[in-house]
Amino acid sequence: MFRRLHDAAGERVPFTVDGRAAEALAGDTVAAALLANGITVCRNTPVSGAPRSPYCMMGVCFDCLVTIDDVGNRQGCQVRVAPGMRIETQDGKREIDR
Amino acid sequence: MSDVKTSYDLAVIGAGPAGLAAATLAARQGISTVLLDEQPAPGGQIYRSVTETPVRDPKVLGPDYWHGAGLVKPFQESGADYLPGTTVWSVSRNLEIGLSREGAARILPAKHIILATGALERPFAVPGWTLPGVMGAGAAQVLLKSSGLVATGNVVLAGTGPLLWLLAWQYLRAGAEITAVLDTTPRANWRQAMPHMTGFVRSCYIGKGLKLLLDVRRKVKVIGNVTALRAEGDGQVRSVVYRQGNGAEQRLPAETLLLHQGVIPNLNLANAIGCAQSWDDAQRCWTPQTDGWGATTVEGVSLAGDGAGIGGALSAEHQGRLTALDALHRLGRIDRQQRDRDAAPHREALEKARQGRVFLDTLYKPAQDFRVPSDDTIVCRCEEVTAAQVRDAVKLGCSGPNQAKSFLRCGMGPCQGRLCGPTVTEVIADARGVSPAEVGYYRLRPPVKPITLAELASLPKREDEIDAVLHH
Amino acid sequence: MSGYDVIVIGGGLHGCSTALHLSQRGVRVLVVEKDHIGRHASGVNAGGVRQLGRHVAEIPLSVASMALWHRIGELVDDDCGFECHGQIKVAETEEELADGHARVAELRALGFSHEEVVDQAELRRLVPAIAPHCVGAVVSRGDGAAIPYRTTFAFKRKAESLGARFEEGSAVTRVARAGLNWRVKTAAGGRFEAPVLVNCAGAWANRIAAQLGEPVPLEVIAPMLMITARLPPFIKPVVGATGRTLSFKQFPNGTVLIGGGMLGRASPDENRTELDFTNLAINARTVWDLFPVMRSATVVRAWAGIEARMPDQIPVIGPSGTELGVFHAFGFSAHGFQLGPIVGRILADMITGNGTPLPISPFRIQRFHQPAVAA
Repeated sequence: MFRRLHDAAGERVPFTVDGRAAEALAGDTVAAALLANGITVCRNTPVSGAPRSPYCMMGVCFDCLVTIDDVGNRQGCQVRVAPGMRIETQDGKREIDR
Repeated sequence: MSDVKTSYDLAVIGAGPAGLAAATLAARQGISTVLLDEQPAPGGQIYRSVTETPVRDPKVLGPDYWHGAGLVKPFQESGADYLPGTTVWSVSRNLEIGLSREGAARILPAKHIILATGALERPFAVPGWTLPGVMGAGAAQVLLKSSGLVATGNVVLAGTGPLLWLLAWQYLRAGAEITAVLDTTPRANWRQAMPHMTGFVRSCYIGKGLKLLLDVRRKVKVIGNVTALRAEGDGQVRSVVYRQGNGAEQRLPAETLLLHQGVIPNLNLANAIGCAQSWDDAQRCWTPQTDGWGATTVEGVSLAGDGAGIGGALSAEHQGRLTALDALHRLGRIDRQQRDRDAAPHREALEKARQGRVFLDTLYKPAQDFRVPSDDTIVCRCEEVTAAQVRDAVKLGCSGPNQAKSFLRCGMGPCQGRLCGPTVTEVIADARGVSPAEVGYYRLRPPVKPITLAELASLPKREDEIDAVLHH
Repeated sequence: MSGYDVIVIGGGLHGCSTALHLSQRGVRVLVVEKDHIGRHASGVNAGGVRQLGRHVAEIPLSVASMALWHRIGELVDDDCGFECHGQIKVAETEEELADGHARVAELRALGFSHEEVVDQAELRRLVPAIAPHCVGAVVSRGDGAAIPYRTTFAFKRKAESLGARFEEGSAVTRVARAGLNWRVKTAAGGRFEAPVLVNCAGAWANRIAAQLGEPVPLEVIAPMLMITARLPPFIKPVVGATGRTLSFKQFPNGTVLIGGGMLGRASPDENRTELDFTNLAINARTVWDLFPVMRSATVVRAWAGIEARMPDQIPVIGPSGTELGVFHAFGFSAHGFQLGPIVGRILADMITGNGTPLPISPFRIQRFHQPAVAA
């Protein structure tokens, strides 16, 4: 789990995760926002179904893949949270056509 | 992408210290320059979010971090175009850059290209490293710098290298708690590093480094000589099991395990362009070949910073300037004499910044057991291939990483080998009893970052070349 | 070193298949390969096992090879990942469908029945994800796909188990007569001799042919392929198009392979290919049009193999036109994978003196011989 430093400043950004309301700090990437909201597992792998959380936070490992505003397989650590963003954790190979 | 010119004299890829310094110097000389970066703000990984970090107390991240702000301002005033949030997925030998931005792809030609793609953390494959809650120490640093987030609960740091200690120090400054640091630095490294001590003593690292180490050791339980490590848990890391020397297994509770064993060049783009690379035995990694000006074996493509071999942030900055001067010369903007004259102070600064590097490389060279993991360890996180499977393939005649792709799909997932390549090279070399140089590395191909079919389909047409279609 | 009956130059699928069929008959074979087995076109092609849409001259060979594919495990002790879900050539217009009818009628007249025309409803049943504008297709139900490197490696291993030897990392620099033998020299300093020489050198085969006094107009090409991240299974057959270039298939693991022959640039001397994304974009637009469900798929890798193409798009198979004891099999023009099993048998038949029952005269190398200049 992660917590925000007390003096961490910035605007609050509302978004949803799997339909539930959540809040990020302006400047958070999607992966950081999920961790800040206590969501460690962002996807299950398409190979074995094992749960994964972000590993590198710098665009290298592709373990933070999530569906953002209906577009799947996006690197959560490379996309900033925007107000109203719909983020969904991914299950395996994800649905086709999104 | 209306803010993008149709072509540039110089394109710099990556906005860390090397890229910022290179683009600034070049643009000030009046050549059309663009800096392309995947991140939304300048700084690269080392100075990540330096213009906008929510961490307000400057003591938390330390003066070395804030040095990065001094690179951003001159860049912003240099006249260079800046394209943040841009993914470069291809560079061709005729210097056409394939990039994606805001969901659309395009090809951007340049007359010279400087790759400043930096470093990534060396994979630290131990059993359980794919469990949620296990992350790179660099990842924890990114979360701190860009979001002011620190791990809570039982936090264990494990590994070796300056960045591990820096993170511990920053965590303490931020008021975060660390359960323990498991130090995997092999005892024998100290003896081997001693002869290189003189360079280190003269370097900028020693004062800062020692103070930082002492600070951490005073406040955190440090467990040294760790020779085996694994993460355990069911769907989430719960504990870390380790061994000191030849001792018995011991266990620590951990909800977060932060791993680190040094950094290596992020070479996927250079490799995909076809830049020759060689095995660096001291740093135990593949490094693209460059001359004293950062020129690669591909005409018109240079490399600056850690992507050309690990030297650290200050070296990267000076290299960026040297590489930019050479680009100016190649583009006909300055003659050779001026290039060499202008380069002198930067070269001197680079030499200074490099002092002590050999000591650090030797001291923090990861142990064999952590570079060549045990059979039950997943080496390829994407395709979930274990070290045992790689060894079995070697028995069947698999002689190198490229064949391992065909045998096992190892390295064929979305990360395109970034997190398994070094380990696969070392496991195969070890199993065959030959040097990593002999087994080679993945032949990487663009797109070096995945792109959607929609982005690819949106690329402009070139009707005259459609004839190249092969008819059956 | 001697003691070999046959030296095969080139460790691609055709070279390995030749080695296997010869070894089965007790012939002592050496395969000399400049890189490693299956390094180029054989290891990195799309894996299509296709009779559909072939040049009429190739059909008898293709049909015979298909019989071997359907029992490939018996031949090489490995199923090579071969799966038979048919291949489909989609017609996007009534005009294209009419062409399909004409093609099938032509084949029927020649006595071949593997291709058939299907209507829109049957096409939709076979490929539910196909775009609604497609009006029908030509189908070859016995076709399928296999995994190329695994296949080539299986042929190599089986040949090896029967006594064939492989010299990898050995580039042939010179072939010359040495008495009754052919002598092969390699860049690494190797010298090998055997009475029979087989040229399966793929994109480099013209260099061997030229040394034998029969230059050929071989063009080196780099057909490109790309592959997506895993998707849930949605298509079984391999799909191509009639009016444009496409080969489209989903592997059992969920990844989707997109190819069909859009070309990159090949540098055979450097063992390199370079992709041409403007050409790959054409491929992407074809998929966009034919498979709307693919529009947000992620392309994770693209690559190109180095392959030989002949001006008439069919290979060279058969004895040398200038030298005794030399046989060729190259220039498969980006559709040689399916023919691999039978080509090895054809060469083995010819080398062991029985001749082949299959009609191979369209593939003779003499079709490229220059007419003698009048004095």
